[in-house]
Amino acid sequence: MAVTAVAGLAQVEGRSRGFVSDVSAVSHRALRSVLRDPETVLPGFIIPLFFFAVNTGALQDFVEAGGGIDYRAFQLPVAIVFAVTGPLSRAVTLVEDIQSGYFDRLMMTPVRRPALLTGLMAADIVLVIALSIPVLIGGHLVGVRFETGLPGAVVFVALAALWGLGYAGFPYAIALKTGNAAAVNTSFMIFLPLMFITPMFIPLEAMTGWMATVASYNPVTYLLASLRSIISEGWSIDVILKGLLSAAAVASVSMTLALLALKGRVSRR
Amino acid sequence: MSGEFAVETRSLTRSFGEVRAVAEVDLAVPRGEIYGFLGPNGAGKTTVVRMLTTLLLPTSGLALVAGHDISGEPNAVRMSVGAALQEAALDNKQTGRELLELQARLYGLKGKAIRQRIEYLEGLVDIGEALDRRIGTYSGGMKRRLDLAAALIHDPQILFLDEPTTGLDPISRVKVWDEVRRVNREEGVTIFLTTQYLEEADLLADRVGIIEQGKIVVEGSPADLKRSVGSDVVVVRIAGEMNATAEACRQIKGVESVEVHGQEMTLSVGEGSRVIGPVAVALDQSGTIAEEIILRTATLDDVFLHYTGARLEVDANVTKEDETWQ
Repeated sequence: MAVTAVAGLAQVEGRSRGFVSDVSAVSHRALRSVLRDPETVLPGFIIPLFFFAVNTGALQDFVEAGGGIDYRAFQLPVAIVFAVTGPLSRAVTLVEDIQSGYFDRLMMTPVRRPALLTGLMAADIVLVIALSIPVLIGGHLVGVRFETGLPGAVVFVALAALWGLGYAGFPYAIALKTGNAAAVNTSFMIFLPLMFITPMFIPLEAMTGWMATVASYNPVTYLLASLRSIISEGWSIDVILKGLLSAAAVASVSMTLALLALKGRVSRR
Repeated sequence: MSGEFAVETRSLTRSFGEVRAVAEVDLAVPRGEIYGFLGPNGAGKTTVVRMLTTLLLPTSGLALVAGHDISGEPNAVRMSVGAALQEAALDNKQTGRELLELQARLYGLKGKAIRQRIEYLEGLVDIGEALDRRIGTYSGGMKRRLDLAAALIHDPQILFLDEPTTGLDPISRVKVWDEVRRVNREEGVTIFLTTQYLEEADLLADRVGIIEQGKIVVEGSPADLKRSVGSDVVVVRIAGEMNATAEACRQIKGVESVEVHGQEMTLSVGEGSRVIGPVAVALDQSGTIAEEIILRTATLDDVFLHYTGARLEVDANVTKEDETWQ
């Protein structure tokens, strides 16, 4: 066949490349799509700053009157959690790929199947960091300082990133399971209670009744507590650890669901 | 099965629940051939292709593609085949070049090889200056050609094309046909294409398999298949009873067979011009008023009708069938 004359093709005969290469190829495409379609992540930049401005604007004087709280520092973790929850996921892109048949095109290559999901999540990590920056700058501008300094800010973003990735697992799982965009959007039903039945506006100790009870079981409560402690208290390892474990627990549940859904999606049965 | 064929299947079967989409299909496609899989929507063409391209496992039966077992060695099959499935599956947000690069990476190609391969494909498939535009701006024909290039990025031995021209305008369709022929001739790639267009199968394929309800009903070169239903065909449309008329026509010298389907009578004849007079007389004598009498050379549609009892009612609308008196 004449094809052998074409340069470089001997390499094709070999095995396909490693997992890292597959993840990198998939994540590059995902990030490129985000840059081309910035409106999909724009809410992720605006909503947290909006909430930060509105919450502090409405409640700062009221809450600080009780004493002992720097309400801006108290609200900054809320802003970062908002930034990394929800708009982060590439789940809708995944649905588009499944519906257009592009996912099948990828499946006809020897790409390692888990890379189709982990590649998207690798892109998500980059996005989390990008989304954290305006929040951190906004906080700095209004005078929020980290007791734990720069290393604290890094841990702060890392914890938020872990949470954001963990949350993204749910829409990914739904996208892979159903291939349906409307179904993916139902993930806001997880989002609302997780985000709002928390000590988002006032400290947990000040909450009462069923809200306080539910909030005490909500992983976001412990995530917020650890993020707040990093800003205001310094290295309170036990508090930080609780937040880390909460985020990790959610991530392990959602990732298990997402990987099972991926397994079903790529199954040839 | 020895693997000497590009595609070889034995009793290949796929069920979805109770439905048998593909039933005991035996195929043997030699290397270098253009094989056309012709059948209506829902006949099982796509399911066969999805199995042969490793997207689906067979429920039973065997298939070797490029000598590799589709069930046991999917990655070896994947490296050997390229496929453009229905409705050019692309990503509108990438440029053509980015899509080809991603595809190449997933097949394990590297930097320089990728550039050279894309450069080569630019010449083979006419996509040139559009490569650096976003795919969302492409026309339908341009998307199909990019799809073709993406399927060829890793230099596969076998190319699967699932209804490559469905939904294309006639000019784009002819252009895609040209590209497919060139890929077959210049790259020596075996081509397995499915189509619901008779003209496409007739013009492109070395051999055609007609599939209906998951089964291959007949297989052969377009010329052989047409010959099997007579070199010429007389089609008579009649309102009303036609059994007596059909019987009268069977007695005419030169008529090889007469088939009645609904209000249509199809006569397979050796030499149409000699038979048309006696047929008209027979119609007249049996008191039948024909609404239409057509004499033409046999087409794959006649083959389809002969073997399946129904016409394949899709009009590719490119080369109008010759329906004039000859």
